[in-house]
Amino acid sequence: MTEMTYRQALHDTIRAEMLRDERVFLIGEEIGVFEGSYKITTGLLAEFGPRRVRDTPICEEGFVGAAIGAAMLGLRPIVEIMTINFSLLAIDQIVNHAAKMHAMFGGQVSVPLVIRMPGGGGQQLGATHSQNIEVYYAHVPGLKVVAPSTPADAKGLLAAAVRDDDPVLIVENLALYNTRGDVPDGDHVLEIGTAAIAKEGTDITVVAYSRAAAIAVDVARRLEDEGISIEVVDLRSLRPLDRSTICASVRKTTRAVVLEDDWLSYGVGAEIAATIQEGAFDFLDAPVRRVAAAEVPLPYAKSLESAALPDAAALVKVVHDTLDATRFGR
Amino acid sequence: MPELDTEAPDVLRGYYQQMTLVRAFELRAAEMYTRAKIGGYCHLNLGEEATVVGLMAALGPQDYLFTSYREHGYALARGLDPGRVMAELFGKAAGVSGGWGGSMHLFDTSARLLGGYGVVGGQIPPATGAALAVAYRSDPGPDAEAVMCLMGDGATNIGAFHESLNLAAIWHLPIVYVVVNNGLGMGTPVEAASGEPELFRRGCAYRMPGVRVDGNNVLAVRAAASAALAAAREERQPTLLEATCGRLRGHSVVDPARYRSREENERLRALDPVPMFRSRLIEAGVLDLAAASTIEAGAEEVVSAAVAFAEESPPPAVDELFVHGYATLVPNMPDLLPGEPILGVEGVIGQR
Repeated sequence: MTEMTYRQALHDTIRAEMLRDERVFLIGEEIGVFEGSYKITTGLLAEFGPRRVRDTPICEEGFVGAAIGAAMLGLRPIVEIMTINFSLLAIDQIVNHAAKMHAMFGGQVSVPLVIRMPGGGGQQLGATHSQNIEVYYAHVPGLKVVAPSTPADAKGLLAAAVRDDDPVLIVENLALYNTRGDVPDGDHVLEIGTAAIAKEGTDITVVAYSRAAAIAVDVARRLEDEGISIEVVDLRSLRPLDRSTICASVRKTTRAVVLEDDWLSYGVGAEIAATIQEGAFDFLDAPVRRVAAAEVPLPYAKSLESAALPDAAALVKVVHDTLDATRFGR
Repeated sequence: MPELDTEAPDVLRGYYQQMTLVRAFELRAAEMYTRAKIGGYCHLNLGEEATVVGLMAALGPQDYLFTSYREHGYALARGLDPGRVMAELFGKAAGVSGGWGGSMHLFDTSARLLGGYGVVGGQIPPATGAALAVAYRSDPGPDAEAVMCLMGDGATNIGAFHESLNLAAIWHLPIVYVVVNNGLGMGTPVEAASGEPELFRRGCAYRMPGVRVDGNNVLAVRAAASAALAAAREERQPTLLEATCGRLRGHSVVDPARYRSREENERLRALDPVPMFRSRLIEAGVLDLAAASTIEAGAEEVVSAAVAFAEESPPPAVDELFVHGYATLVPNMPDLLPGEPILGVEGVIGQR
């Protein structure tokens, strides 16, 4: 184990995969000379040269589509989209093309493509640069969507994505890049499609992913002092979704709250709540609650931005409300 | 313009045979569509036969081909089995895409036909990326691989067209973009849709050679495509090649094309490349009436056999619905039919 930042874990894993497999190359805006808008690709152009680290003009549809075509011929591109917001410019290539090709062409071709992109608000970047729109992609058959919450998971899921023959979207989060954690040394490859019990508990389940999972683990540790035992399910993979792990946890704890950075209506939490009511109906002692972002374009002003985003305090309140509703501890 | 008398008669007869096959196949596809044997959309290459055969004659077996959704003829001229192409149109398991794609999404790995694409211009960025992969893994040379990316005139107005040509230019990719300009994007004339209606000129924005060729002349098309492919192979020089031709029918089988005048229809019929090529071959002494009839009857036979094959083929089995969902299997793959419980029946009825 080595302690490092989420950013460093991504960087080191990209480098390791490039050393391991000649077919792996990087493509995106400002990833080479500029070394990445968030410095994930620092030093890689100098080490691997412009053939393996390909700077592109500003044209998401063009370069994401080009990565798809390169993947069809057997290369394994890792695309960096500067932020998830700009993936909307490439959504036709992602949803209508990358996601469809394997099935639509009768299994004759696969698209071993990785798209990395950070999302998330809280940086005063305004409405168009602060979104959590991973659910747009998590809805689509043919895609795999993962959202690591720790440096270790960033390594394990990125390595798995590069070695997977399907298009895998890695949803990163700006607020996580500087977070630190222990990362396994050597090869560390996680299984896409499985959730993790980030912390075991017995009283209530909190389901979360990405930045929200990190908050949930933090809250769970704090509330232990109050005698509340929270089990945190870190989804890690939004598609496929590990419904069994979610339901097994709720069957044990009998209560559930979802913490998510995306908007409430039609968000990831809606799918989780539906999963729980179907897969753990007879075990539930309280309605499933969701702590999600306020449904507005995220404002610039700090006071408004903070009010709109879910945080630890909101989660603590809803956990308490859910427990109180079932006379927990009384 | 290449002349008939410098070309081997066998080759010319072969082109006529291919053009005749495309014509017969498409007419029969239209008939099968009206008889509800073919579903969805069905776009035909009628009027485009000289362009189809000329382009495919220039394309080498090592080259990759991406097309739009108006693609049956290209698949046939690329050597795909007509029975398996018709079976795809019929939605059968023996179809070239296993019944998953239909008319717009023909695919064949061995022929390096990397797809028909149903979204206008959707193939242009992936084709550009295929050329990037070729450049990534091999050196230029006379036998090097190249990519041909076909599109209709309407596709030159989308953003992905311009983004892709720009990438091909700055990265020096071995690709030939071919605009098959039949004058109409569905019902909209090119002049109403494109600020520069001479579409080959759009290459100049990227310092890319733009070439226009008479798409009704199979030898001219072959010559222009061969030159562009050579530049792609040997110099990594992309080209924008425009082939002008006519669309003899509506946008798709169901379109009666009422927006076109009788005069325009007559003009197009006079330029119909199949009878025109036939007359030229007969005049040049390459073909006599008996040989022409033999070729035409042969095409009808092939198409009849293709229809029979498609008719007799079974549809894909329902239990294979999730077989092609993903290439790499991971836990918790979605596999529920409508109405099935998420954890299986036992999981749902579990009680505390």
